[in-house]
Amino acid sequence: MNVLRKFSLARLVAMLVKEFTQMRRDKLTFGMMLGIPLMQLILFGFVINADPKHLATAVLLADQGPQGRTMLSAIRNSGYFDFVKVLQTEMEAEEALARGEVQFVVNIPAAFSRDLLRGDRPAILVEADATDPAATGNALGALRVLVRDALQHDLKGPLAALAGVDGPIELRIHPRYNPEAITQYNIIPGLMGVILTMTMIMITGLAITRERERGTMENLLSMPTRPLEVLAGKIIPYILVGYIQVGVILVAGYFLFGVPITGNVPLLFLAAFVFIVANLAMGITFSTIARNQLQAMQMAFFVFLPSILLSGFMFPFRGMPVWAQYLGEILPITHFLRIVRGIMLKGNGYAEVIHDLWPIALFGLVALVIAVKRYRRTLD
Amino acid sequence: MPEVTIDVRGMTKRFGHLTAVDQIDLQVCAGEICGFLGPNGSGKTTFIRMLCGLLRADAGSGRCLGYDVIRESEQIKRQVGYMTQRFSYYEDLSIIENLDFVARMYQVKNRRAAVAASLEKLGLSERRNQLAGNLSGGWKQRLALAACMIHEPKLLLLDEPTAGVDPKARRDFWEQIHQLAAAGLTCLIATHYMDEAERCHRLAYIGYGKLLTQGTVAEVIAHANLTTWEVTGPRLVELAERLRSAAGVQQAVAFGNTLHVSGDDAGALRRAIQPLRVAPYQWRETDSSLEDVFIHLMDQLPDNARS
Ligand SMILES: Nc1ncnc2c1ncn2[C@@H]1O[C@H](COP(=O)(O)OP(=O)(O)OP(=O)(O)O)[C@@H](O)[C@H]1O
Ligand SMILES: [Mg+2]
Repeated sequence: MNVLRKFSLARLVAMLVKEFTQMRRDKLTFGMMLGIPLMQLILFGFVINADPKHLATAVLLADQGPQGRTMLSAIRNSGYFDFVKVLQTEMEAEEALARGEVQFVVNIPAAFSRDLLRGDRPAILVEADATDPAATGNALGALRVLVRDALQHDLKGPLAALAGVDGPIELRIHPRYNPEAITQYNIIPGLMGVILTMTMIMITGLAITRERERGTMENLLSMPTRPLEVLAGKIIPYILVGYIQVGVILVAGYFLFGVPITGNVPLLFLAAFVFIVANLAMGITFSTIARNQLQAMQMAFFVFLPSILLSGFMFPFRGMPVWAQYLGEILPITHFLRIVRGIMLKGNGYAEVIHDLWPIALFGLVALVIAVKRYRRTLD
Repeated sequence: MPEVTIDVRGMTKRFGHLTAVDQIDLQVCAGEICGFLGPNGSGKTTFIRMLCGLLRADAGSGRCLGYDVIRESEQIKRQVGYMTQRFSYYEDLSIIENLDFVARMYQVKNRRAAVAASLEKLGLSERRNQLAGNLSGGWKQRLALAACMIHEPKLLLLDEPTAGVDPKARRDFWEQIHQLAAAGLTCLIATHYMDEAERCHRLAYIGYGKLLTQGTVAEVIAHANLTTWEVTGPRLVELAERLRSAAGVQQAVAFGNTLHVSGDDAGALRRAIQPLRVAPYQWRETDSSLEDVFIHLMDQLPDNARS
């Protein structure tokens, strides 16, 4: 009763009016409140695909006979495989897989048709990039069924006997890079990208706004400083922090989870440098745009969501719709994930890494230029 | 003709509809201490910020330390020591770290020696490692003052540097300012304290963005052309009440046991107080003080000019 008597409706109304007014003033928060659920709806509704189809596939067709082609069109018709490349040699296949250009290479050997007709049970060789077991699992399952049934039409009448018990064709699948389909192998290197993205953007995101909020900006601006000095001064200390995180994740991944580090560690550290700087630059750009620390945080969260969902961290990149893949390609983390997984699991070297390194560097550079341009030299 | 350190004309700054600084002309010579006065919200801070390039002027031109005040603020900043009205050093850095930061920013030669000397003069050598945020208000102010002088600027722009500072420290501060000025340092000091205003070589008084009067203390007082009577006696509050409504009386202000009654028309004021010049009241004509003049100036402003 006492509680109720102390409660004043008038004061509540006053509070409500004040809160609504403030909300209306803060356009960014308002936008975020709408934007985040919308984004989540779109992402969870359309992008997340537990059954990724249309995975990039390369073909190595050495067989001249009709059965080889029939086989290929059956594979394509399953909807899981998009033939994006025709290759001539094993070497090319190797490269395409290492770079992540294709998820699969389907290899139909030279004597396929002849051996089939002879009843020799020829083999189709499928090499799969199994770094991310979730991406390949369903496609390979479908392939097994398909190979068993594919030639049912062709093998009628006198050829029916060839169908045999195990099917007329042997399917040899080589899951590459992560043959035991251990998810940690995929997750741990991915976490490196996610953790760096989160912390690096957050740290510098608060940098300039904090100065403004505490009033120290007035002093800083009254001193003879250049924008780049201030910005770089806020970025550089955190590169070290980023490296500490990389170190911790590598050590934990190797000793705790047994994730192999097949590639070149110095190369990994070089790539991490570019990636860390790009994220810090993105954070500092937010910092120059946001009016206060809260806004800067909100902008950071605006990036976190796609970074987790569209980068290939949580869901197979190739399983996403094309527009989502384009969005993902813009994000530094998408490229960094490929680099880290490539170096750690595939043993990729400089030649493969460079394809994904320059987009990160470009992103960082653009962010930095925007930050320098946006940096306000006056209190206006 | 001494060298002119600040020579600006028509300085104007608008914030939306509000004209915070309106066509201010100001000249301050080298080695001069110029007091910058005006009621709250009159535009002192805004004007000072424009001088050191922290705000872009909407109109105005001129030179500061020989540089173009609009275009060459980078060069001006190097030689200016600006003390902000609100403490704006890093509360999460220690005293010495703050001083060191400033010294580095201005690329002070013999940095360590300069910082040590500054700490010594400030009397904070023992507490050098204390966080600036933990200092008392007055000490923060003194730290800020020391920090903005560490690079030996040629021009000091001080925005209420002694607000909250104890009398002894204020005296020391003014002592130091006068010594530096004698050596050629120019000072523009915003203040609300009358005793400090009286210590300045020259005053500039602004109200609602406009420069109302300037000159030496004597000139400012003479210019106001104010007549002031001092009265002692019982129940001064009631007396003041009666006087304020009388024509010719513009202010009646209590100063301890006396009342200062002023007006800018000497004849009208004399006629107004005539009926009250009876025992037990004792009347005496006196010099108008700076405060009488400033309050008078403030009252003269049209109400619609106030924000
Ligand atoms: N960034 C700003 N945006 C909008 N209005 C401002 C801004 N800065 C100052 N003003 C307005 O300009 C006017 C002058 O302010 P300023 O701070 O210069 O006054 P001041 O003379 O320093 O006052 P005080 O004695 O209280 O320090 C005030 O009305 C203030 O509200
Ligand atoms: Mg002020």
